[in-house]
Amino acid sequence: MARRTIKVDYLARVEGEGGLKVVVRDGMVQSAELSIFEPPRFFEAFLRGRSFAEAPDITARICGICPVAYQMSCVYAMEDALGIRVGGALRDLRRLLYCGEWIESHCLHVYMLHAPDFLGYDGAIDMAREHGDAVRRGLELKKIGNEILALLGGREIHPINVRVGGFYRVPHRRELAPLAERLKWARQAALDTVRWVAGFEFPDRTRDYNFVALRHPDEYPFNEGHIVSSQGLDIAARDYDDHFEEHHVARSTALHSRLRGAGNYLVGPLARYNLNFERLSPLAQQAAREAGLAPSCRNPYRSIIVRAVEMVYACDEALRIIDAYQEPESPAVPLTPRAGFGFGATEAPRGLLYHRYRLNADGIIAEARIVPPTSQNQGSIEEDLASYIGDFLDLPDEALQHRCEQTVRNYDPCISCAAHFLRLDMDRG
Amino acid sequence: MPTVRRIIIGLGNPDRGDDAVGRVVAQQLRGTLPADIEVAEERGDATALMARFADANAVFLIDASASGAPAGTIRRFDVTLAALPQGLFGLSTHGFGLAAAIELARALGQLPPQCVVYAVEGASFETGAPLSPAVAAAVTEAADRLRAEIAPIFVEP
Repeated sequence: MARRTIKVDYLARVEGEGGLKVVVRDGMVQSAELSIFEPPRFFEAFLRGRSFAEAPDITARICGICPVAYQMSCVYAMEDALGIRVGGALRDLRRLLYCGEWIESHCLHVYMLHAPDFLGYDGAIDMAREHGDAVRRGLELKKIGNEILALLGGREIHPINVRVGGFYRVPHRRELAPLAERLKWARQAALDTVRWVAGFEFPDRTRDYNFVALRHPDEYPFNEGHIVSSQGLDIAARDYDDHFEEHHVARSTALHSRLRGAGNYLVGPLARYNLNFERLSPLAQQAAREAGLAPSCRNPYRSIIVRAVEMVYACDEALRIIDAYQEPESPAVPLTPRAGFGFGATEAPRGLLYHRYRLNADGIIAEARIVPPTSQNQGSIEEDLASYIGDFLDLPDEALQHRCEQTVRNYDPCISCAAHFLRLDMDRG
Repeated sequence: MPTVRRIIIGLGNPDRGDDAVGRVVAQQLRGTLPADIEVAEERGDATALMARFADANAVFLIDASASGAPAGTIRRFDVTLAALPQGLFGLSTHGFGLAAAIELARALGQLPPQCVVYAVEGASFETGAPLSPAVAAAVTEAADRLRAEIAPIFVEP
């Protein structure tokens, strides 16, 4: 029996700690397993017994890259439980904050983590020696994303200005003006990013993914919408648990999610793009078309282009919001604690992020449930490896290992968030 | 106005035991140095550090190390001559911290002409813990060594 073994202890350029085991027998991929050994973090348990008002700051601590996503799913779920709706300028500011997070998170992944895979470098530092202009552009773009977080969130990482009902403080129009000038530069840099990554070489691999993302009647989704799939699912966030289930696998400290009766599914930029192309701004649509992307794209390696297109959208949307902004009369809407269930789903940079809470009459959290995007994508990552790697088995070990890692990085997995992620074991039988 | 920009950056998480030592050294130095020297504290994110490097002529960084050396051991690295030894600083949340910032800056031609890293070996990095005694005892020596290194290059305003 032909035998080949490749082992990588820790997968680099992903957030958190995990490994990968691919078993090959007689030239066929027999299994591909993603193991996550990042220790469990017990956030859901230590939310219990805390006030609903503390939850945005506690859940922000789940991730240093996408804290806004955690805050947003949290506040929408709490507001659902308390029976209030936040609209107008406060809602727009939430979208603006989310624009900042998408810019800084996508930028980090596109430039620092994923582009080196396509250009044949071990990492961003090696790439920077020969692609200095691109890396400088990426760093500056990320900084602008961070500036949005600092202005609206109070600081760049783990923002502290978001509360259930709105914000603690809202910006004056004049504070947003310098940001608009920076965002005009960022929008051009994002367009340059789309052109840069569109020039990469992509493996020609596609699968019939079941994409899952939010869909809003007239917005590209950040913070609100129905949960829809490419196979016809269309539900409110409060019906999530009726349609999705989590199960434990021994190889992972992160629970695996699947759609009841439909199995694995894919969340994230590729899913959002396929389910919401027509809701992108005209400029972002045009950038996608010029980059050779059709309104539907099932090649996960091209997700790097989709992330760049979403950066164009985020800059465009941020500029639209700043232009229309009128200071709200109050930084938050009033609320009164009450008992009940609340459900929230928003679009983290890596995909759908679901929160569910049960509150007691005094607003104390009795139950909390958080399903991060990387948990939902684990099955799809394994299926990609099992489906795609078989075609690459004639590659030398080092190149094959690299291709496996690149395939995982298509998902920009955030293992730290999911653990409740990479080491590669390649067993060729 | 001085024509050189000099900055001291204490690195670390203030709530993770000995990881805070770089910041504690920076705090002890603050107010005891020539007025043109900026003293800053950072958590260690590479992009934030690179922003600090911009336009600086001299950067002195202090960080906790975890190499297995005795707690409180102070080591000095001139990173303009060589990269930081691998495995010395394993404590960045996302593996994209001080060493990456220095090498990315070097690759982009943005490494300040003078760039020195002081590493203080930590013993305990427990959440919420204070500095361990051996590391707390090394703070004054680290601050003194930095002051002595900076004093000869004091720039007359």
